Amino acid sequence: MRILVAMSGGVDSSVVAGLLAEAGHEVVGATLQLYDHGAAAARKGACCAGQDILDARRVADQLGVAHYVLDREARFRDAVISDFADTYARGETPIPCVRCNQTVKFADLTVLARDLGCEALATGHYARRVEGPDGAELHRAADAARDQSYFLFATTREQLEFARFPLGDMADKRSVRDVAARLGLGVAEKPDSQDICFVPDGRYSDVVGRMRPDAMAPGEIVDDAGRVLGQHQGIARFTVGQGRGIGIAAAERLYVQRVEPAVKRIVVGPRAALPQRGARAGEVNWLVEPPTSAMRVTIKLRGREMPQPAVIAWDAAAGEIDIRLDVPGVVAPGQAAVVYAGERVIGGGFLRAVATAPTALAV
Amino acid sequence: MIYLDANATEPLRPEARAAAIAAMDCLGNPSSVHTDGRAARRLLEAARTTIGTRFGPGSVVFTSGGTEANALAIHGLAPGRRVLVGATEHPAVLAAAPGAVAIPVDGDGVVSLAALEALLREGPALVCLMAANNETGVQHPLAEVAALCRAAGAMLQVDAVQAAGRGTVPGGWHSLAISGHKMGGVKGAGALLLAPGVEIGALIAGGGQERGQRGGTEALPAIAAMAAAAVSDPSDLSVLRDRMEARLLDLAPEVVIAGKAVPRLGNTSCIALPGVAAETQVIALDLAGVRVSAGAACSSGKVARSHVLEAMGLGSLAGCAIRVSLPWNATEQDVDGFIIAWAAMRQRISRSAA
Repeated sequence: MRILVAMSGGVDSSVVAGLLAEAGHEVVGATLQLYDHGAAAARKGACCAGQDILDARRVADQLGVAHYVLDREARFRDAVISDFADTYARGETPIPCVRCNQTVKFADLTVLARDLGCEALATGHYARRVEGPDGAELHRAADAARDQSYFLFATTREQLEFARFPLGDMADKRSVRDVAARLGLGVAEKPDSQDICFVPDGRYSDVVGRMRPDAMAPGEIVDDAGRVLGQHQGIARFTVGQGRGIGIAAAERLYVQRVEPAVKRIVVGPRAALPQRGARAGEVNWLVEPPTSAMRVTIKLRGREMPQPAVIAWDAAAGEIDIRLDVPGVVAPGQAAVVYAGERVIGGGFLRAVATAPTALAV
Repeated sequence: MIYLDANATEPLRPEARAAAIAAMDCLGNPSSVHTDGRAARRLLEAARTTIGTRFGPGSVVFTSGGTEANALAIHGLAPGRRVLVGATEHPAVLAAAPGAVAIPVDGDGVVSLAALEALLREGPALVCLMAANNETGVQHPLAEVAALCRAAGAMLQVDAVQAAGRGTVPGGWHSLAISGHKMGGVKGAGALLLAPGVEIGALIAGGGQERGQRGGTEALPAIAAMAAAAVSDPSDLSVLRDRMEARLLDLAPEVVIAGKAVPRLGNTSCIALPGVAAETQVIALDLAGVRVSAGAACSSGKVARSHVLEAMGLGSLAGCAIRVSLPWNATEQDVDGFIIAWAAMRQRISRSAA
């Protein structure tokens, strides 16, 4: 069949294109131009296309498949970069990879794929799509260390039907690189991408400062009792749970406990003050019929952690998931809360900054 | 495969191919003093005469292509003058004239003579206008433009890259840029024609070739091919093109054809399908075996919004127009095949949007 393959120029999506082409499918490669690479890397005269786009094109040429570069700069700026800056300005911690998957990748490319007469959209994500009795299910990848199901929770059921994740069953990254080498792809040993793609130098606060200067205005650092401990140079430099770069000498290390954007205050406290049991997640996407009563699940509140046992309830009126963790954890508003039933992602949402209030959930 | 992207590059004409191959077997460097050098020089000068006769009167400076010819003209003629450029000029011109003043165009893409006249009153100027637009084929009234420039004492540089192989190019210019492969020649050669009495300084000085106006050994095979292509019989493709447009409008009344009401190149059609991204159309047609383009392609290959349509006030359509440009050897079957593929694409996309 004709399959649209989102090719980033990295080894993962290159292998996806290679495997599908090898299996006899008509692969249509698409690489998204998401930002002006020359400007992001602050190199004058650099091409707007980064090395990744050139790599993707070379892989497609090697495989003998069609390849197109799609200009998504404006869409990416509106849907992902602005949201990134706005989220910081709200005192929350953005998760741009989820936003990108949700909009620029799955929403838009599914439409494009259908327009082009493709029967599926394949990506290099490490997740498994399992045919279940009620349609496609999203499961954790075979390689737990690489699993990206967390970042895919916002994929709609319709998009999931259309999606393919050929790397979900790969044992590990080495196996993927081995396939790339077997296919003779030049990207076989290309290093993994790091950090956030549109902030290549890792200086998030510069990006936020340009788009939301208000988030870079100075303010006070206080403790939970409101005592002023010091000054900061913008709330966007802080995120809940952060323990470095606070800039205050104290007997024990201080962590960001809360960000209060309205008064430009950072509330800090000792490590022990951070964990909480209750949380709420909004902007919910369910990949099953929403549960009608409290449900025991595991839940992941940040990308790099294993799912934790919890009980959830669906507050349909508010459109929010009420979460009660078995073991208190760090809840950073803005991050995704992804709900698992065993290996399967059943839904998720974005953590809200209301978690200090007692939850409605009686457990 | 159906190739309808002539404005990107024309298929090689057989006579151009033969000329290029013959020139490749010519050993000498045209600048060499010896017998083989003189043989190469003879070929080069024959090409110069052919080009000069075809587009002149004027002297001919060979370049690497249309972009360099435009840049050379602006580099040579702009000093001491304000540069006025048409709003729909090719990036080759726009990028060579940073800080230039844009001359607006009307809704059909035709330069506003009133605006030009007003701008010319503000002092010595170099006016840069294209004979025909690469995206729409729309032709500026160059005879009137030349008269206005003459009256105001302004210089006129004409980008004739698209027009040169496709009909007559009006006179009255001080410099004129052409490109070999856009006429059915080989990629890698172009020329700047200079009206009698016009001299310019080099952009690339090098070894003093081209009478000091462009350094570097001339690309003889590509230049010979350009000369052969320049004197090929231009095909009149307007009947084929007009029939194609009529059938598209019949199939899809929502279609808008940019510049349809004004004089255009006979081979070019800029077809907007409202609500459907140009990028999607180009890819869908490519997958169906039909080669067309949209906007100006960046080196990354991405399809950018058309600044030409935006300048024409067709901003809402700027992202949904494709360019169909018939090559010199286009057939009725090519056009039929395109229409079938286009209709299938339109139907599928409207279904998926529903």
